[in-house]
Amino acid sequence: MKKIAVLTVVAFCAAMMFSSLAFSARKTIIKIGINAPLTGDIPKVGEGSKYAAQMWLEDIEKAGGLDVGGKKYEVELVIEDNESKAESAVKANTKMITQDDVLAIVGPQSSKQAVPAGEVANKYKTVMISPWSTNPSTTLDRPYVFRGCFLDPFQGPVVANFITEEFGFTKAAVLYDVASDYPKGLAEVFKQAWEDKHGAGSVVAYESFTTKDTDFSSQLTKIVKSGAEVLFTPQYYNEVPLIVSQAKNLGWTGPIVGSDSWGSAETIELCGEDCYGLFFSSHYAAAGAKGATKAFIDRYEKTYGYIPDDVAALTWDALRLAQQAIQDAGKLTGKIEKDREAVRDALAQIKDFDGITGKMTFTEEGDPIKCAVIVRINHQGEYEFYGSSCP
Amino acid sequence: MEPLIESFNYILQNIINALQRGSFYAVISIGYSMVYGVLMLFNFAHGDIFMVGTYIGFGIATVLLATFSGLVPPPVIFLATVVITMFLASWIGVFVEVAGYRPLRQAPRASAAITGLMIGIIFETTILIMLGAKRLSFPPLMETVNYHIGGIYITNVKAMIIIISLLLMLALHAFIQKTKWGMAMRAMSYDFLAVPLMGVSINIIAPLTFAVGAGLAAVAGILYGQAYPILDPYMGVLLGWKAFVAAILGGRGSIKGAALAGYLLGFIEIFVATVFPSTLRDFIAYSIILVILTFRPRGFFGMEHSTKLRL
Repeated sequence: MKKIAVLTVVAFCAAMMFSSLAFSARKTIIKIGINAPLTGDIPKVGEGSKYAAQMWLEDIEKAGGLDVGGKKYEVELVIEDNESKAESAVKANTKMITQDDVLAIVGPQSSKQAVPAGEVANKYKTVMISPWSTNPSTTLDRPYVFRGCFLDPFQGPVVANFITEEFGFTKAAVLYDVASDYPKGLAEVFKQAWEDKHGAGSVVAYESFTTKDTDFSSQLTKIVKSGAEVLFTPQYYNEVPLIVSQAKNLGWTGPIVGSDSWGSAETIELCGEDCYGLFFSSHYAAAGAKGATKAFIDRYEKTYGYIPDDVAALTWDALRLAQQAIQDAGKLTGKIEKDREAVRDALAQIKDFDGITGKMTFTEEGDPIKCAVIVRINHQGEYEFYGSSCP
Repeated sequence: MEPLIESFNYILQNIINALQRGSFYAVISIGYSMVYGVLMLFNFAHGDIFMVGTYIGFGIATVLLATFSGLVPPPVIFLATVVITMFLASWIGVFVEVAGYRPLRQAPRASAAITGLMIGIIFETTILIMLGAKRLSFPPLMETVNYHIGGIYITNVKAMIIIISLLLMLALHAFIQKTKWGMAMRAMSYDFLAVPLMGVSINIIAPLTFAVGAGLAAVAGILYGQAYPILDPYMGVLLGWKAFVAAILGGRGSIKGAALAGYLLGFIEIFVATVFPSTLRDFIAYSIILVILTFRPRGFFGMEHSTKLRL
């Protein structure tokens, strides 16, 4: 009996020693959290985020760690799956901040998760950069939340202008998911912009559905009947093919225009020839890219076998922004709260950051001022640069 | 005259839309009703059995298309896909009964209902682990032809879905009314305590019921894959819930009721979105159903005594 007691005490002490060792070792590691939809509705988006992050980590490891104030730090990625759900994204952020002690978080990607997750990051005073979330609420009044892309109030008018100039249309229809922050927000902005241009009532059909619906026949029948000349649908890659093919089958002959959520590498794989010739607004166009952007695309394609979508490119930029902010912070104290604050301050100071998706300088809200690209899906199924619009 | 024809066409177009949607609800909700009729429990894994059936159909279709495309006419490939998938998926139904429900046959009904939900989650995650979260695109088993008849658009796929669903339900009706097995199922639904004493084994009839339900769901899955060709492991959840609503609306245990209520649900969903803003679609559609159930709690064809049952 006594022996067992002694053994227990010894084991306990040993455990304590090791854990304190682990604790001190932890200080030379920088942990970056990745909050991405690896499963759920849009897993391709999560895959792109993960792959871009792994490529970034590779570069850091090749350089022997991250150099901050003359000291090399080992970098570790904490990748959490948010299942493309708002509540899971909140959980993932909370876990990474409170348990894993991450220095900064990159993600979540879509606004549906980024808006609620941003609140957690801001509450715990941890830098969060959402690469792909375009809804204004993500960063609004949240000093610790940043993003790597333009905003919907910018994107909506860009699309409305493009359609007006390219086709000369005056009557538009909108079909969007009312239960998701991103499509809902963008649909509203687009409607506003279109009606400012063409007068009240020029959006002749404004139809919605809810996440996971697959049948849009009644909405599309209404849209066909409304006499609209163009259909704008800011949906994700899992819905776009269904919308496009059902619209065609119901007699829709006009163009269908999308937004940056179309940019996933999988849209074409699932949609096929139905989507050829369609336009959408995006952050970058892979076909015909130059310089660092091309280097990134080639390296990604070589490693993972397909051309990276805008999510991957934006995630790469967001990680490099985080990296620069950590380096600009000058020195890490090892006290996580203090370091997080220093990183935030450094990030807010970054000027003319040269990203592969464009130059970035943050506004006070943590939003970069960037250009939008209009992409055409050509007849080889590639995303081709068609035009751009800058603020 | 012109606008009159136009609005007539508009209504007709939406009737076709509703028939397609309703076909899926009808065929899937029958699976709930059959099991309820025999075992007096709702198989909450049915939506996920539908999902697994769709994936099996996807696999069979992919293999058959890769091997026989160009050698055999497309209708033969389609038929072969349906038959093989039905056969394989019915074993999924048998598995669910034997592994999931049989051990709980004497347990409270709530335990069995929970088991169904668990089996559903296990199926979803199994597919997720096996195939990853990537969306799959169901290969088209025939070339889509879009017919434009007097202002109405109907594709051959849509027509096929509506017709095959009807044929399936007629075949099921014949099976239950005309065959010995069907008679045993009816007897079991009449009294599942006394009938086994007459030499009809519940351990054969119960899995048979699950098998037939799963087979139907799998054919629905193949048709679903033709109409909405994007597959994901959670595709059966929402559809399963809605089909369950149809099964309740039709009257627990009534196959005829489930089929009719399935079509009705399709019509309500489509026409509510046609008349009202589509944002309010589900709110209004399911409020209507709630009102119907308030005035007729046992559904259209539910048995009088079923209100006294435990579930």
